[in-house]
Amino acid sequence: MENALLEIKDLKKAYGEHVVLDDLSLAVNKGEVVVVIGPSGCGKSTLLRCINALEDIQGGQVLLDGQPVLRQAKNISRTRQKIGMVFQSYDLFPHKTILDNILLAPMKVQKRPRAQAEAEALELLDRVGLADRKDDYPRQLSGGQKQRIAIVRALIMHPEILLLDEITAALDPEMVHEVLQVVLDLAKNGSTMLIVTHEMTFARAIADRVLFLEGGRIVEESADPKAFFARPATERARQFLRTFEY
Amino acid sequence: MDFEAMREYLPLFKDALALTVRIGWQGVLLAFLIGIACAIIQHMRLPVLRTVAAVYIELFRNTPLLVQLFFLYFALPKIGLRISAELCGVLGLGLLGGAYMAETIRSGLESIAPIQSESAQSLGMTGMQAFRYVILPQAVSRSVPGLIANVIFLLKETSVFSTVSLMDLMFTAKDLIGMYAKTMECLTLLVVFYLIMLLPVSVLGSLVERRLRHAEFGP
Repeated sequence: MENALLEIKDLKKAYGEHVVLDDLSLAVNKGEVVVVIGPSGCGKSTLLRCINALEDIQGGQVLLDGQPVLRQAKNISRTRQKIGMVFQSYDLFPHKTILDNILLAPMKVQKRPRAQAEAEALELLDRVGLADRKDDYPRQLSGGQKQRIAIVRALIMHPEILLLDEITAALDPEMVHEVLQVVLDLAKNGSTMLIVTHEMTFARAIADRVLFLEGGRIVEESADPKAFFARPATERARQFLRTFEY
Repeated sequence: MDFEAMREYLPLFKDALALTVRIGWQGVLLAFLIGIACAIIQHMRLPVLRTVAAVYIELFRNTPLLVQLFFLYFALPKIGLRISAELCGVLGLGLLGGAYMAETIRSGLESIAPIQSESAQSLGMTGMQAFRYVILPQAVSRSVPGLIANVIFLLKETSVFSTVSLMDLMFTAKDLIGMYAKTMECLTLLVVFYLIMLLPVSVLGSLVERRLRHAEFGP
């Protein structure tokens, strides 16, 4: 565990009296894909937002490469470059073309020359099958296409870890597939990922480790996703998984 | 209608137009600067400054330009602050307009969902970079229709300048009517000259609007 890329120790997050994350601890190793599942309101998304310091936390700490991730720290924007995040609602910049959406951060934050960043952007676009849409605006793309662009936009920063926050929750079933295919490819190439999802078949296919979260705590953890989805150890996880059957 | 008289008045109206446009645009420019500053102060919730901005906005939004001009031109000299009529015009327009511009820009800023800034920051941008490259451009393009309406409104408000004896369009028309009683002719010229000043703003404004909003809202 010493060489964990991301380490979360006793993380506590509360909105007033309402405790969302209750002394949660978790580590993600380099190259590992960890999937977090659980009922709505269990703190999954909040967990990802805390890791990226988009939320103030009330206790505990988040360590990336052994360095604390602090919201108020001067170097927080430098730290965030190492953490790629993709949101449920894509959140592309609507006033910029697809290419400029992808190039904005590499050029303004990493100060990379346009030609070099553009070459990489086109390569990534090609990988997700959207090279021909580079001059379009986000409004001209479908949800699934926008989400693939959002993934490319995160990837071009060369993050050490990717946080995916219910990235298919707002998509039609057909589009879910095209987006998840991209994520599966990333996993195959050794990307480190922490994924929050409601797609159980996807979770089973991609996870090295599954966490079942409820009430801000990890109720069950399994390094054998196939076994977990077939026979969860806890009654609560069993109940939860049953809600996906009809 | 006495066209001969109208032709004689033309040079006077031209001079008046030049003066009105000059003061009008200086005022509008000042209004933009004040408006952007106040909107940013309020959006970023800067302590103390945001209260100052709020008081300023309420003060100038809720008093007529005429009263503000009288205050600048007739009251300030009583405490030893004498400023020229022209500067009064620019200041009055800038201060009134600043309050309106601030509210228009602020509503644009607030219409951008916070997650836009979050997704920019999660790419490693600082708060300032996110504001400059992501929030502000979107806010401005959403504010454009309101900003153009403000510009037109402000340029029309120049008609009260005549009360502090600035020889603007309104002053010239009233003056000529007083002297020659050619009411119909003078007022027709007045309407024509206001249109000459403002129609291009309207047309240009629509073009700018279409250009700026193209990305988000399509052709």
